[in-house]
Amino acid sequence: MSMLEIKNLHASVDGKPILKGLNLTLNKGEVHAIMGPNGSGKSTLASIIAGNDAYEITEGSIEFEGKSLLDLEPHERAAAGVFLAFQYPVEIPGVSMMNFMKTAMNEIRAQQGLEPMEPAAFLKRVREKQALVELDAKLANRSVNQGFSGGEKKRNEVFQMAMLEPKLAVLDETDSGLDIDALRIVAQGVNALRNTNNAFLVITHYQRLLDYIVPDVVHVLANGKIIKTGTKDLAFKLEAKGYDWILETEKA
Amino acid sequence: MAEEQDKLLHEITNREYEHGWSVDLEAETLEPGLTEDTVRFISAKKNEPSWLLEWRLKAFRHWQQMTEPHWGLMHYPPIDYQALSYYSAPKKKPELASLDEVDPELLKTFDRLGISLQEQKMLAGVAVDAVIDSVSVKTTFKEKLAEKGVIFCSLSEAVQEHPDLVKAYLGTVVPIKDNFFAALNSAVFSDGSFVYIPKGVRCPMELSTYFRINAMNTGQFERTLIVADDDSYVSYLEGCTAPMRDENQLHAAVVELVALNRAHIKYSTVQNWYPGDKNGKGGIYNFVTKRGNCLGENSLISWTQVETGSSITWKYPSVLLKGDGSKGEFFSVAVTANAQQADTGTKMVHLGRNTSSTIISKGISAGQSNNSYRGLVKIAPSATGARNFSQCDSLLLGSHCGAHTFPSIEVDNATGKVEHEATTSKIAEDQIFYLNQRGIPTEKAVALIVNGYCREVLDQLPMEFAVEARKLLEISLEGSVG
Repeated sequence: MSMLEIKNLHASVDGKPILKGLNLTLNKGEVHAIMGPNGSGKSTLASIIAGNDAYEITEGSIEFEGKSLLDLEPHERAAAGVFLAFQYPVEIPGVSMMNFMKTAMNEIRAQQGLEPMEPAAFLKRVREKQALVELDAKLANRSVNQGFSGGEKKRNEVFQMAMLEPKLAVLDETDSGLDIDALRIVAQGVNALRNTNNAFLVITHYQRLLDYIVPDVVHVLANGKIIKTGTKDLAFKLEAKGYDWILETEKA
Repeated sequence: MAEEQDKLLHEITNREYEHGWSVDLEAETLEPGLTEDTVRFISAKKNEPSWLLEWRLKAFRHWQQMTEPHWGLMHYPPIDYQALSYYSAPKKKPELASLDEVDPELLKTFDRLGISLQEQKMLAGVAVDAVIDSVSVKTTFKEKLAEKGVIFCSLSEAVQEHPDLVKAYLGTVVPIKDNFFAALNSAVFSDGSFVYIPKGVRCPMELSTYFRINAMNTGQFERTLIVADDDSYVSYLEGCTAPMRDENQLHAAVVELVALNRAHIKYSTVQNWYPGDKNGKGGIYNFVTKRGNCLGENSLISWTQVETGSSITWKYPSVLLKGDGSKGEFFSVAVTANAQQADTGTKMVHLGRNTSSTIISKGISAGQSNNSYRGLVKIAPSATGARNFSQCDSLLLGSHCGAHTFPSIEVDNATGKVEHEATTSKIAEDQIFYLNQRGIPTEKAVALIVNGYCREVLDQLPMEFAVEARKLLEISLEGSVG
């Protein structure tokens, strides 16, 4: 059984079709990259997997570990093990990172029928994961994402992912706006979490992230569909030649 | 000659009154209706000195000439003041043998608020066991306070035991003619608290735990007077996060604070009176006059309020900044859900030199409710170097509720500095989605966002109370989203 199975997915926003019959299969232990030109539907796909109701699913299915993901509320998907690292992390004034993280952790545990985490164990994990993404411990006392630099926001997303240990992590352009050091740190966080039981869907615009997070499979998403699937080499080709050659090939 | 006759007539009629009311003195509950007899009856029941009776009567006579104010942004059916009963002897709640006999729904709420078992018993009227019984708790408090010379008792007791203090300050901050509801309260006030902190004394405890145990059931016309003498400090906490029901729909309380030189009074309120059903039916009407007088130089009066209850809230805790260098603060969270209506805010009246005030108001409206901030910042000609900072934020949940801001600023001294910031916002969908994606269900997400939004105010509350207040916000907004 694959971890994520997307079949013939059609979705629109305000009546405008964005995804037009997308198919994707992701097995556990795998890292897939999705690349594609602007406006091809990459972020839409990420939002739909997480359950953002701004999009209307008009056709198709998404199965996660054999169960329909579309039947679950966003918080239930999180509890099932789906994580989205946001392209634009949201600020929540007055809510400290610690309080937010503790609430998230314990809400997920509650849905899984587990007791809240012991405060000592929680703190230990916070310190470990902060170190992993080289996140300043001081940020834990600040309001969620408020006053964080662009790089800190992205590292904070990876920190949350490390804390929650999801089965499936979708990284939505986590590399955008990062300098090379920040990129390395983010990748280091992701690589440390990779194992045979989880899977990653890395959405990116640039090949350079894939130098650090080496994907098993690379997909090209254009005009609402996966139009090409290949190995890491495909990403290099795209970097060198742009997307036009694929689009041309497809048309032909 | 005619004057003489009038006087005689007056005496005779008064004597008739005397006759009339003395007969009823045994009654525990007064028949509905409000006349001078009612006022005399209440005063006699409390064995009050004649000056206080006269004071009440003066208030009553003035009240009769006044009309109920309707400038608030609120709608409610007319109140028939003659249909209310103005006195009933403090009733003992029926005592239950154990918590098992208490309504399980109530216990659930207590648990969620994090109220200690011991306190749950007291609030629910369960007989308290001998280990920490309420009497010994009270005695310990009393001894501790007495050591420092702090007076903390019911206002009725203070009238008997400390008449000079009461006489010197009662009605000096909220005069009997101040407004319709204050006049009514002055005429018929039931009871309340009296606090006096002597010179140089820092009150050794929050007057909160004690209050919660001790001063329940003070009646619908509560009156509180707090006097902090030179260089003293007191933190007073009124109310309770536990849901409070009351058979009296109309509440008209008066609170007066007096801060002398360099004294600091911190007054915190958590108000959770019954808000009525979904349509607001049966909820409490809360018309309160609260005012502090920073009489002494460099004194400080700080109001913090978390208002979640009542179907109608009409309340403007204010500070008169008379002493040079004195400070006034107002931190407020007002939540309205369903059909609740709140018209609340503050008045900061700068009279002394170099006085300053801060206003932080957070209004949250949900359902079909209406939430208004109404405030006045006045800088008098005498208030050279006065400063004010006001921030009034409104948060809307859903699209059927209303938030309104009515700030007034009057500056009569060119050196005055007044800053006012106001925002109105809705909880952003992307904030909720972000929290959802981390496993937090929508209701909890809203509570988290609202708590964050109110943080500046909640941080002002005494620690253990802040925790309860956070949970209270969560419970108050349940079912208002989605």
